[in-house]
Amino acid sequence: MTSREKILNAVKDSQPDLLPLPDLSLFYPNNDSVEENLKNFISIAERIGAKVYQVQNHSEIMTHLKEDLDLEGKRIVSAELDAIVDEYTGTDNHDLADVELMILPVHFGVAENGACWLDDELYQERLLPFIPQHLAFIIKKENIVATMHQAYELIADKSYGFGAFIAGPSKTADIEQSLVLGAHGPRSLRVFVV
Amino acid sequence: MKVADHAERAKVFNEDEKRVDWHDETLWFVRHKRDLATHGIPEWEELREAGSQIKNHTLSNLNQYLQDFEKNALAKGTVIHWASDAKEHNEIVLELLKKHQITEMVKSKSMLTEECHLNPFLEANGIEVIDSDLGERIVQLAGEAPSHIVLPCIHKKKEEIGELFHIHLGTPKGNADPQLLTEAARQSLRNTFLTRRAALTGVNFAVAETGEFVVCTNEGNADMGAHLADIHIASMGIEKIIPQRKHLGVFLRLLTRSATGQPITTYSSHFAGPAAGKELHIILVDNGRTRQLARPDFRNSLKCIRCSACFNTCPVYRRSGGHSYDSVIAGPIGSILAPNWDMKKNADLPFASTLCGSCTNVCPVKIDIHEQLYKWRQVIVKEGFVDPKKAIAMQVMAKTLASPTLYRIAGKAARTTLKYAPFMVNNKFNAWYLQRDMPEVPKSSFGEWYSKNRTNND
Repeated sequence: MTSREKILNAVKDSQPDLLPLPDLSLFYPNNDSVEENLKNFISIAERIGAKVYQVQNHSEIMTHLKEDLDLEGKRIVSAELDAIVDEYTGTDNHDLADVELMILPVHFGVAENGACWLDDELYQERLLPFIPQHLAFIIKKENIVATMHQAYELIADKSYGFGAFIAGPSKTADIEQSLVLGAHGPRSLRVFVV
Repeated sequence: MKVADHAERAKVFNEDEKRVDWHDETLWFVRHKRDLATHGIPEWEELREAGSQIKNHTLSNLNQYLQDFEKNALAKGTVIHWASDAKEHNEIVLELLKKHQITEMVKSKSMLTEECHLNPFLEANGIEVIDSDLGERIVQLAGEAPSHIVLPCIHKKKEEIGELFHIHLGTPKGNADPQLLTEAARQSLRNTFLTRRAALTGVNFAVAETGEFVVCTNEGNADMGAHLADIHIASMGIEKIIPQRKHLGVFLRLLTRSATGQPITTYSSHFAGPAAGKELHIILVDNGRTRQLARPDFRNSLKCIRCSACFNTCPVYRRSGGHSYDSVIAGPIGSILAPNWDMKKNADLPFASTLCGSCTNVCPVKIDIHEQLYKWRQVIVKEGFVDPKKAIAMQVMAKTLASPTLYRIAGKAARTTLKYAPFMVNNKFNAWYLQRDMPEVPKSSFGEWYSKNRTNND
């Protein structure tokens, strides 16, 4: 007997009689307005270490980024905005090691925890949001949902190879519970709400 | 029976009283952050109930869900392996590495690989393993095991970490600044991520409906490892399955609020198949889980989502430290999981509790932890694995409490001793006295008082 059969048989013999799945309708729908969601998103995202800007267009984004970060001579990569900065087209992601700033669009944000969802419909290279020193997200104001329940409604039937919720910059508090931003991923996250 | 039991090992931790106080207060602070986060969700109790019921349902249909998960993962190009025990799990990892002639691997947090003792096995087979979670890297450099499942080096002071990093990473001697130490680890591990061809991660949740799995980290280490490597191996216990993607909404809301009080981890990465040109392997591990599933009193310990809320709230854990449990998973949840792995070795753990029930109250999936601790005690005594001293004391106690005459004599004797010869009990041979004062002696027992006063009140 293979281990697969052994485990599946043991599970079958040991599992209790079938119990029902709970009704989750209590958690849907949520009637919070666009404005309400935006307000909550900004407040939570800033609490977890991100910076949020409300902007009208892409050139405003670049103005803010140049004011905040010393980008002189540094590598900036993007998955859109190709008129302003390089768009990533490489095939070996190790060459992303020296990226100072990565600018990425995201699908939607979640008000209750400040997270943004992105998946490989937007860009194939999975490493993009993880390796730069600094990260910037671009999100449409109307694409912020209230809770994770609404978030999963948006991607319930979606087919992706990889996707992630990202909330704030990379962080750790492993040394005596002292919060340090910039553990292995980006040291900062800016979210631009258009 | 272990050479030393939990109480003996806790004594070692308690030698440094200041450190114990720090440990206690810090974990209580984390528990407090959990409270603030959960109080911000009006439907928190309904969420816990939903999480609990989804897990109950899943365990009752696990056979089907495991097969669904396998089928859907295979369809996306993921390779599925099954391991009955730790040994088989470790051999699968080694085989995969050998096949690709890989001798160095980077790993993110996985309590399962701790349970399987993967690192020593791979090292004995010539594979270098580097743990990439900062806390795990610290305990790895110190040659220790994690003392907490979410905060692996919570038992360590920053000065000790500074010294470790001075020796291993060349940071300035005497510098214990968390910012500087974290930066040193970042630089060193970045180089590791960029040069490893294989990465191993744990799994927080695996979705039967889609064949995907989710890994939650704050540091980004799982993603740095997995996306830069050619081959990604994910190790998971078979109890990590949940039925549908939408159920992640429930669990991701519960997990981090219960753990650290954050609304969500920085990264919740969903792996639904390998990237182009790369390999993705999942190892489904039993290692005693089906045995636990077959025990009606203890099966719902398999609902655990490893948030560690029960650690942070536990008065015993906070004051005894994770290493006192001498078990891969410490704390209240570890104390109900460990007897399943090895009842004899871990017979002391269900007794490392006051049964106050705080663990049960904070558990996001409503595991009746303190009730299971109590039930394990009964199983362990029946199986004869209890400390003989405790067994004799309990027998004497049972006889005394069962006989009114003996009870009266014992009470009188205790009161007389405490009154006229307190040195007989207030000495270092009385384990109870070591950290406590003996009670003040009442003039008479209630029984004596009652028989004297009854007639007057009739």
